[in-house]
Amino acid sequence: MTEFLQQLINSLSLGSIYALIALGYTMVYGIIKLINFAHGDVYMVGAYVGYASMSILRLGFFESLILAMLVCTVLGVVIERVAYRPLRNSTRIAALITAIGVSLLIEYTMMFFVGADPRAYPAMPAFMNGSVNLGGVIIKNQQMLIIGVSVALMILLQFIVKKTKMGKAMRAVSQDPDAAQLMGISVDRTISFTFAIGSALAGAAGVLVGVYYNSINPLMGIIPGLKAFVAAVFGGIGIIPGALIGGYVIGGAETLVSSLGFSLFKDGVVFAILILILIVKPAGLLGKNRKEKV
Amino acid sequence: MNFSRRTLLGASAAVAAVAATSACSATPGGGGGQAVGDTIKLGLNYELSGAVATYGQASVDGITMAIDEVNAAGGVADKQIELIKYDNKSDAAEATTLANKLMTQDGVLACMGPATSGNFKATIPVANKNQVPVVSGSATADDVTWNGTELQEYAFRICFNDSFQGTIMAKFAAENLGAKTAVIIKDNSNDYSKGLAAAFTEEFGNLGGSIAGEEAFVAGDTDFNTILTRIKGQSFDVVYLPGYYSEAGLIIKQARELGITAPILGGDGFDSPKLLELGGAAALNDIYFTNHYSSIDQDPKVIEFIAAFKEKHGEEPSAFNALGYDLGHFVADAVGRASELTGSAIQQAMASTKGFVGVTGTFDMDEHHNPVKTIVVIGLKDGVQDTSEKIG
Repeated sequence: MTEFLQQLINSLSLGSIYALIALGYTMVYGIIKLINFAHGDVYMVGAYVGYASMSILRLGFFESLILAMLVCTVLGVVIERVAYRPLRNSTRIAALITAIGVSLLIEYTMMFFVGADPRAYPAMPAFMNGSVNLGGVIIKNQQMLIIGVSVALMILLQFIVKKTKMGKAMRAVSQDPDAAQLMGISVDRTISFTFAIGSALAGAAGVLVGVYYNSINPLMGIIPGLKAFVAAVFGGIGIIPGALIGGYVIGGAETLVSSLGFSLFKDGVVFAILILILIVKPAGLLGKNRKEKV
Repeated sequence: MNFSRRTLLGASAAVAAVAATSACSATPGGGGGQAVGDTIKLGLNYELSGAVATYGQASVDGITMAIDEVNAAGGVADKQIELIKYDNKSDAAEATTLANKLMTQDGVLACMGPATSGNFKATIPVANKNQVPVVSGSATADDVTWNGTELQEYAFRICFNDSFQGTIMAKFAAENLGAKTAVIIKDNSNDYSKGLAAAFTEEFGNLGGSIAGEEAFVAGDTDFNTILTRIKGQSFDVVYLPGYYSEAGLIIKQARELGITAPILGGDGFDSPKLLELGGAAALNDIYFTNHYSSIDQDPKVIEFIAAFKEKHGEEPSAFNALGYDLGHFVADAVGRASELTGSAIQQAMASTKGFVGVTGTFDMDEHHNPVKTIVVIGLKDGVQDTSEKIG
C-alpha cells in the first residue's frame, strides 16, 4: 500500500509536467491547427533560462520561474511571427515541417552555445530540499511544489480562457477565424497571445523539471515534448481540460508500467497509447466526432 | 573509458574495410618497424578532436610527460625517442588510415593509442600486417586483444577490461562491506553497463550472495523515482549501479531522497566531477566505485607523479593522464628490453613484461596481452574521495 501511494505521488508529479507542456500543444492546435513541434524546445530553453537566472543572476526560485516564463513568452511569439505566420495560408504539411525545422534549430543553436554536456541546477534553498514522511510515503517538497505550481497555472489558464476578453477572442478564433475577424477580433494578435501563454507554461515546466531532476541538456525537450503531444492527443487535441487529463494519464501509465517491473517499456507504452487512441477514438477522450467542413 | 558503444559500429565497418584492403593489397607485410637514424620513432594515433577528444588529449598529455622523462634520463638503447603525433578525429576509419601511415611511411617501431576501444580495434589489423605493436592505455572492452578464440598478436593494452570491474566490485561488496544481497540498476542501452552487471552477478553469486532484484533504465532518462520506489520495497545490503555519471548522479540523488541509505557501488563511469554536481554532496556518501587509479593514493610513485603533473599542467591528473603516463613508460621499457630495434622484437618484449611498476598499479602481461593488475576501489564521503583500496 505504501508503495502504491508512493508511486501515485511519483506519477502525479510526472503527470503535472506533461500536463503543463501538453496545454501549450493543445492551445496552439486548437487555434491554428498546427502541431508546434518546437514546443518541447521552448520548455528546454525555459530550463536553461532558469539555470542562468539562478546561477548567474543569483535570483531566487520564484523570480527565476517568472523570468523563464517571460523569456519563453517572447520566444514563442517570435517563433510564431518568424516561422509560422508567413505560412498560415499554405498547406498544413508545410507548417508542420517548418515546426520540425524550428525545433532542430533551437536544439542545436542551444547546443552550440552551452555544449551537449548535461548541467546540474544550482543548489536549492533548504525549504525546497525537505520532504514529508506520511507513514512511509515520502513526499518531497519539490514534488508538492511541482504539483502546486502546475495546478495554480492551470487554474489561471482556465480563468484567462473562460473569463477574460482575450480568452473569448481565443475561443472565437479557434471556432472560426474568418467570422472572428468580421466581428472585429484581431486574429494575429490572438494567435500571438496563444503562443505567448503556451510558451510561458512550457517555460515554467522547464524550470520545475530543472529543479526537480537537477539535470538539463539541450535535447531534454524531445521526449517530454513527444509525450506531452501524446497527452494532448489522448485528451482530445485542441481541448484544454483534455490536455490536463491526458497529462496525468500518461504520467500515471508510465509510472504504472515501471512499477510493475517493465521500466524499459515505459516509453513504448506511451506511444502504444497514442496508436490505440488514434485507432479507437481519433478525436481523443473529450473530443467530439465532428464532420470535416468542406 | 568505455565508450565502445559510440564507436563500435564505425569500428566494425573499418575492420571489415581493412580486412578487404589487406586481402587484395600487393604491399608485402613486415615492411615497417625498422629503426632508422639517431632517434627511435613512436607513433601517437589519438582522438585529439571530435566526440571523445578529452580522452585522447588527456592520454597524450600523460604519454608526452613520460617520454620527456625517458629522454631526459638519456633515452633508451642510447637513442632519444621521437613522438610522431596524429589526430584521428575520434573516427575509426581515420584511425586505420593513420596507423597505416605511421607504420609504412613514418617507420615507427610501435604505436600508442587510440584511447577508445572501437578506434583501437580498427588499428589492430594494420598492426598485425605490418608487424608493429599497437598499445592502448584505455581500451577497456572485453574482446580487444583476445576474443575468446583468437589472439591479436600485435595488440596490447595496459588497462583492466570492463568485466573485471564487475568481478572486483562483487568481491569488495561481499568481503569488505559484508553484503549478502544486492540489487542491480543497469543501463540497458549500453554494453559496458550490461557487461559489468553480468560479471558482478556471477561473482557475487560465487561468493554466496544473492541478487534481490534488477532494474534497468536507458541513457538519457531523468526520472528514476519509480524504479527506486520499487527497490525500496525490497530488502538488500548494497545497490550495484554500473553506469555513467550523467545518470548515476541523478539516480544516487533520487535514491537518497527516497530514503535508500544502502551503499551504492559503481564502475569507472562514476569518475567525473559532474557526478558531484548532479548528485549533490549530501547524497554522495557510502558510494564506492572501481577505478584505474586514485588521486589520494599514498604510494610514493603516485604522489611523485601527481606533483610532477600538477607542476606541468596546473591541475590534478585524471585517470586518462595516469594511464597515458604508464603507457609511455611501458612502451619505452619494452623498447629498452627488446633484443633488437624491430617491431617484432618489441612485440616479444611487451608480451614478456613482468612486474612493470606504474602509477596505475604493478602488472605482468598475460598470454592474452592483458595486464594482470590491481583495481582501485574509491570510497566517496560528501562527494570527495575519502578512501582508496587496491584489490586484485
